[in-house]
Amino acid sequence: MSNEVKVSIRNLYKIFGPNPKAMMQHVRDGMGKPELLEQYNHVLGLQDINVDIRQGEITVIMGLSGSGKSTLIRHLNRLIDPTAGEVIVNGEDVLAYGQAKLAKLRQNTMSMVFQKFALFPHQTVLSNAGMSRRVRGESGDIADTEGQKWLDRVGLSGYGGHYPGQLSGGMQQRVGIARALASDSEIMLMDEAFSALDPLIRTDMQDLLLELQRELHKTIVFITHDLDEALKLADHLVILKDGAVVQQGEPQEILLHPNDDYIIDFISDINRARVLRVRSIMEKTDHAGEGVVGEVSPNQNLESVIAISGGDTNLHYRVMEDGKQIGLLHMRDLVKALVPVEAADPARRAASAA
Amino acid sequence: MATYDGLIEALGLGDWCGGGKTDGPMTMAELMARANNGGGAAAAEGASGPSTPLMQTPFPSLDALNKSCAAIPRSRDMTEAVEQGFLNIKDPLKVVLDPVTQPLSWMLDWALVGFQAVPWFIMIPALIAITWFATKKLGVTALVAFSFIFMAFIDYYDDAIKTLSIIFVCTVIAVLLGVPIGIAMSRSNVLQRMIIPILDMLQTLPTFVYLVPLIFLFSVTESKLYGIAIILYAIVPVIRLTDLGIRLVDKDVIEAADAFGMSSRQKLWGVQVPLALPNIMAGINQTIMMSLAMVVIASLVSAPGLGVKVLAGIRNLELGVGLVAGFCIVLLAVLLDRSTKAALGRIDTSAR
Repeated sequence: MSNEVKVSIRNLYKIFGPNPKAMMQHVRDGMGKPELLEQYNHVLGLQDINVDIRQGEITVIMGLSGSGKSTLIRHLNRLIDPTAGEVIVNGEDVLAYGQAKLAKLRQNTMSMVFQKFALFPHQTVLSNAGMSRRVRGESGDIADTEGQKWLDRVGLSGYGGHYPGQLSGGMQQRVGIARALASDSEIMLMDEAFSALDPLIRTDMQDLLLELQRELHKTIVFITHDLDEALKLADHLVILKDGAVVQQGEPQEILLHPNDDYIIDFISDINRARVLRVRSIMEKTDHAGEGVVGEVSPNQNLESVIAISGGDTNLHYRVMEDGKQIGLLHMRDLVKALVPVEAADPARRAASAA
Repeated sequence: MATYDGLIEALGLGDWCGGGKTDGPMTMAELMARANNGGGAAAAEGASGPSTPLMQTPFPSLDALNKSCAAIPRSRDMTEAVEQGFLNIKDPLKVVLDPVTQPLSWMLDWALVGFQAVPWFIMIPALIAITWFATKKLGVTALVAFSFIFMAFIDYYDDAIKTLSIIFVCTVIAVLLGVPIGIAMSRSNVLQRMIIPILDMLQTLPTFVYLVPLIFLFSVTESKLYGIAIILYAIVPVIRLTDLGIRLVDKDVIEAADAFGMSSRQKLWGVQVPLALPNIMAGINQTIMMSLAMVVIASLVSAPGLGVKVLAGIRNLELGVGLVAGFCIVLLAVLLDRSTKAALGRIDTSAR
């Protein structure tokens, strides 16, 4: 958590309806989403959002449809204006920006990838990729060079002359990513960027994104409704429900210590062995320990450790990082960590059995 | 004693009405009654005798009320007032409209002269070549070639070329005016709400009605008279479809343009207009077809071309002339439609 805060969202509210400003008072007085809709016919889109987005990290904002996640990401580059609150990018309040400064911000600082790709159908893949450069007023040569460079990088070398309509969904989204990368912005906003793709292609694209991120260290804000995707990508996970943040933090932390029934339900179906890593469940100690049968890396997931152990729950492993021991992994803890919180809690188990 | 005497009395308006004396011109009904009866005023008096049967109670219209109260104007007074009002604003209106529309007359006249000055052995190949380069379709080009050669052969080429030159000028002007209006409409809901009723009116107004106020304003010998009538009639689809086309551009694509910081001008010319182009072209196609429809009616007010032949056919009962000229109009319509549609199809596929 040493990285500096790049984007900071403070006390952000968004109310949809004819007179949102007037509704703010009701919301501040504690009126909830259903009451506001029923009594005043206004929709409370976002309430009191506070999120810090750190440089070089992938911040994933996750929620089901209607949770306000797409609305939230559009506040960062002000495609939507908030009803109240602050959005601070690089120390400056974006909401105070005029049209010209806002255009500069969108051209230089933030790029965006869309769920439905939103490529320009009347332009070739190459000019789509270099679009952000052209918008800034840079020459066509620079735009084409940059566009081609990033098309090559996302694996679309031979497709510059095609039109987006001739490409498959996965390829179109690669163009979308190339377009965002070609603008050389520090911040990338990805609005359900992979949701419209089929599962195999989606996994490919996630790997591509992680690979690019290892190299480029962008500040990425990623929106998704898919928990597996969120856990795979996130350095920092924010879970939204009905326009409010339910929990945020490191994904492993949320998995092991969910603080809300909603999240417990949410995470009950995932494959914990694949998502949880040794680092999160090991005992932090430099004590040599007894009965150690081998060494594991802290970033291995539990699935791979189970495979190594052959299913024996009595074993212990030494956790090594950079040639030094940072902890001990007890297989017994590992097995416990695999039990979802819901099943581990006797009260809840009784409730769901009845 | 008329039907509504009682009402006027009851409202205490007797003095204001001046006792029911009439000294204006006769109403249409009275005129007709007199003509039919030949009996003059006495018969008319008798018709509105003391007791009107209940079933024949007239609607309290201007004429009916006027019988009881002279101060209320009659229907004929009203139409006369409208006419007078129009005549009163005619002169100031002419001062403004005449110079503004004068270029239209020149353009129409020059185009007529120009189109006719080109000899047929240049014009026909030129038209065929234009069709080929616009459509790249053999069938359409062959249709154009056949049509013009046919019309030239039966000696209707001159009239067809005159009609074509009028359509050309009017369509160009309609597009030059209509596309910007459509763009403006697409960007402002207020403007759209204001313009749509005007477009509805232009579209539903019977075509002859266009000519009425224009004849008041301009002399029948001026070309702009029919030019304005054609443009007003034909401009509607290009405006509507430009507006619609821009509004139909995918919201996601517009959002992407915004997210990358495009200015509204970059967005308009780089995204909205190119993506609306198929719709705009469909509008232009419709505009061409409607100018052709109007150019025939405009022959009533001296527009030259095939329409004149049709009119001559009706007037002199020369059935053959009318039919052949009508057929040539259909031929022109078909070839204009096919060639613009083929050109439109090419734009569509290159935009994908």
